[in-house]
Amino acid sequence: MDITLIPGYQYMPELVEMMLKIVFIFTMNVGVFAPLLGYVERKQSALMQDRIGANRAAILGFTIFGLWHTMTDAIKLIAKEDFIPEGADKPLHFLAPFVAVVPALIAFAVIPFGGTYYLWGHEAHLIIADLDVGILFIFAVAGIGTYGAVIAAWASNNNWSLLGGVRTAAQMVSYEVAMGLTIVGVLMVYESLKLTEIALIQEDFFMWGIFLQPVGFLLFLACALAENKRVPFDIPEAESELIAGYFTEYSGLKFAMFWMAEFVEIVTISAILTVLFFGAWHIPFVTHDGLLSLLTSVVGADIGNLLLMFIHLAVFWGKVCFLIVFLMLIRWSLPRFRYDQIMKLGWKIILPLALVNILATGVILLVVK
Amino acid sequence: MGVENEEQGFEHVLGDSVILTTVEQVVGWGRKFSFFLYPFITACCGMEFMSVAGPRYDIDRFGAALPRFSPRQADLLIVVGTISHKQLPILNKVYNQMAEPKWVFAYGACVVSGGMYDNYSTAQGIDTILPVDVYVPGCPPRPEMVFDGLMKLQDIVQNEKFSKWPRGAGKYTAEELK
Ligand code: SF4
Repeated sequence: MDITLIPGYQYMPELVEMMLKIVFIFTMNVGVFAPLLGYVERKQSALMQDRIGANRAAILGFTIFGLWHTMTDAIKLIAKEDFIPEGADKPLHFLAPFVAVVPALIAFAVIPFGGTYYLWGHEAHLIIADLDVGILFIFAVAGIGTYGAVIAAWASNNNWSLLGGVRTAAQMVSYEVAMGLTIVGVLMVYESLKLTEIALIQEDFFMWGIFLQPVGFLLFLACALAENKRVPFDIPEAESELIAGYFTEYSGLKFAMFWMAEFVEIVTISAILTVLFFGAWHIPFVTHDGLLSLLTSVVGADIGNLLLMFIHLAVFWGKVCFLIVFLMLIRWSLPRFRYDQIMKLGWKIILPLALVNILATGVILLVVK
Repeated sequence: MGVENEEQGFEHVLGDSVILTTVEQVVGWGRKFSFFLYPFITACCGMEFMSVAGPRYDIDRFGAALPRFSPRQADLLIVVGTISHKQLPILNKVYNQMAEPKWVFAYGACVVSGGMYDNYSTAQGIDTILPVDVYVPGCPPRPEMVFDGLMKLQDIVQNEKFSKWPRGAGKYTAEELK
């Protein structure tokens, strides 16, 4: 049969490309990073505390540095009783973990993880949905993630959960305001909300966000950490005060899903930081065209493009991994803030500083232009 | 027994190229290396427990590092320190709140038998109200003993049958314990 007779065949390459990208991002997050981060966190804490860390589980005598413990944890959690407390709102109790995980994954749809490549006559963009309002979309979706925690807290019929949920809501709302403002400076410099455009401008090493917006970077980092709800901003689940906060009443796999949400959020935050401040997939002092012409002269245009794509993917994910390790370093170094300290930091320090940053950026832009 | 013989038969035929196992074994393997602890610490043994969890002895090597203070998420109730009669209802409540499967670890002479507190106020061992899986005596027990106990518990968990679960609530209700 002639393939051209199938209705809509001309969209086939796009469809295949789209599916591949979605599968790639999904496996990267859920299949690679979520389980691996559990392991990395464990081993990193062990290193930082001068311990050995998990290393006993073995298959046929191979322990592979304790990597099996990720698998044993998963098996254990799957085989654990799925508990729903008496008086809980069953549908909502069931729904909450999904509401927490899904937005973190969806946010990845607008993050570019590579440039544009011409492969055998097909133009491949390494981004799932190149929205004009990319960065706003991320904020909108991240806002939905808050509902996961709040619904979980409300549906559990438990006072500790409820307190955790209220704290989550307060913390998230405060820091979302500040976070939106910290990013305005970046948007003013790059004159775009589109993440691919922001990334493309950073091909020039000295145009990286971290050089143009150092204050914005620090403020955004602080806000992103707070949005992530991990130490030092883990007041919603503060173990010494609220047992386990909003997921006190969750057991087994649903409890693991809240963890997964946190881990996926770390990856998302690192990816956003990479795109906005660390030159996305670009190698310092190496331009896209320069490297491409070099590769093309060696292996030809198509293979050259393909190779370049893999190089850029490696660079992008390498930067993301570096930032993840950095974020975990913070997690294992700092003690938890008190509730009032968190609120003070958000409203009285970060918010005014972000406004000053916007003003300063505006003045400098006016002077330079 | 018949099933086990059949398995040996398969492995005999297939040689070392295939590993046969049962779901029970795999789940047991997963569970034994992934205890989330609920540390129920009341007295001096707690100091020694810190040493067990700390860098020098490092209980994380056995995969049992993570303390979950919500009983729903914990697997292993480690009872550390003297348990008075006033504490018993609380301990019982925590045990009942834990999600299945759950194990109980008696850490120290006081928990095992009341220890030197043979008096009106102290419970003479928590096994008077809870099913205990491992007893580690000592006042306080050395971390080496604790790890020995933990490894024995791992052996038990590895060979557990699913029919053992659920264990259900403790022997006594809250009213009876008062
Ligand atoms: S066994 Fe000894 S060390 Fe442990 S709680 Fe009892 S008295 Fe204290």
